[in-house]
Amino acid sequence: MFQESKPKIPEWGYGINKDRQIDFDRNDRRLAEYIRKYEPSYKLCISCGACTATCTTANLTDFYNIRRLNVFLMRGEIDEINKHIDKCMFCGKCELVCPRGVNTRKVILIMKEGIKKIKQNEQL
Amino acid sequence: MNKYVFIVGGGVAGAEAASQLLKLGFNVTLAEKESQVGGKLNQWDRLFPSKRKSTEVARFLAEGLSGNNFRLLLNTDILNIERTNGGFSISSGTAKFQADAVLIATGYDVFDARIKEEYGYGIYENVITSVELEARFKEGGKIFTPKGQEPKRIGFVHCVGSRDEKVGNHYCSQVCCVTAVKQAMEVKEVLPRSEVFCFYMDLRMFGLQFEDLYREAQEKWGVNFIRGRVSEAAENIDGSILIKVEDTLAGRPLKMKVDLLVLMVGFVPSAGTQNIGKILNLEFTPEKFLKPSDEHIDTYSTNQKGVFIAGTCKAPKTITDTFADARAAVLKIKQYLEEDVPGK
Repeated sequence: MFQESKPKIPEWGYGINKDRQIDFDRNDRRLAEYIRKYEPSYKLCISCGACTATCTTANLTDFYNIRRLNVFLMRGEIDEINKHIDKCMFCGKCELVCPRGVNTRKVILIMKEGIKKIKQNEQL
Repeated sequence: MNKYVFIVGGGVAGAEAASQLLKLGFNVTLAEKESQVGGKLNQWDRLFPSKRKSTEVARFLAEGLSGNNFRLLLNTDILNIERTNGGFSISSGTAKFQADAVLIATGYDVFDARIKEEYGYGIYENVITSVELEARFKEGGKIFTPKGQEPKRIGFVHCVGSRDEKVGNHYCSQVCCVTAVKQAMEVKEVLPRSEVFCFYMDLRMFGLQFEDLYREAQEKWGVNFIRGRVSEAAENIDGSILIKVEDTLAGRPLKMKVDLLVLMVGFVPSAGTQNIGKILNLEFTPEKFLKPSDEHIDTYSTNQKGVFIAGTCKAPKTITDTFADARAAVLKIKQYLEEDVPGK
């Protein structure tokens, strides 16, 4: 009885985990710069979430959230973008509802281009 | 003092400027297109932040408008304004009026919510504007859906026609955030068992007591605030409205059924402002409001000498700020008429 009540190590929560902080100094912000250059409207996002609200992908799949992709991009969290970006179907509803007129579809397209270049070690 | 001032627009700014000019001894003609003075104030029930009745303020305005040197023109449209040796000749219908200075106080219109068609205003009967909700409060405060039921859940959509480049209005209308908070509390007063939600992008509580109102809405009335811009509304078969929004703090899309959806419509420059600006060849801001000659030190003069502007014809404003603005414009007009009359 006594032994069973002891916490099991894997459930305990403190282990050797990857740091959860966004490390702004170490993060790779090349992709953000790349998009800033080729689709400057992406800077205009005010994180209102209308894009995500209307996004079929965001409604039906886990973790995909176009508003958050943009935040991750600005912070240089490229792994997070890479994991989810292929779920976009390019339907363009996000672009229709955006109050700032961000060309969201093109942002995603250039993100994908940029990620491909980074993977192939090409110059961005 | 035999100077004449002609004021176009009898809303808060025009009426208050008239009243102050009269106190200073000028002759004032006030032209109003509607059948009474007060403008938009007459449509509101209670005013933020103290929730005093708008009729108190309207009464104050009306009390200032009297005397032998005051002339009120109701149901009057201005057809033309021309310069005549140092002054102005204003024509309305067949009548003509002379003035030494003109004050434009033509105010604003509320945004036509039908333009934002994804919210379904004018299509779904349970989608109304903040102006219509205010009218219901004014009529006695009973809130029913058009089918005569008490709404159990009410949603307020902030920034309808404001901060929205898709409808051509990129600016903030200033008063809608605090109006939504005020109206949300008033709904809870009338319908204590209802659930009230505000969907906002940012809550801009800039006035001294506005943040207190926001706090009161949370603490006393249990109003719910969800940070996210509503992307669309659709009607259910029972007439209730299904809205979609991202709860940006949870980071997930959210859908919700509401019985009544209130759209917080913003300020747009009024048709009268557009018209008078063209007649007088005034400069406009990119937002199509009237442009003052200096954004900091003189927001009352225009590019036309002798033509002054006050109130919401130049930018969205609260009633408090409109009063201050009208009085400041009066000071500018007085200086102009006493020191700088052309031909003197």
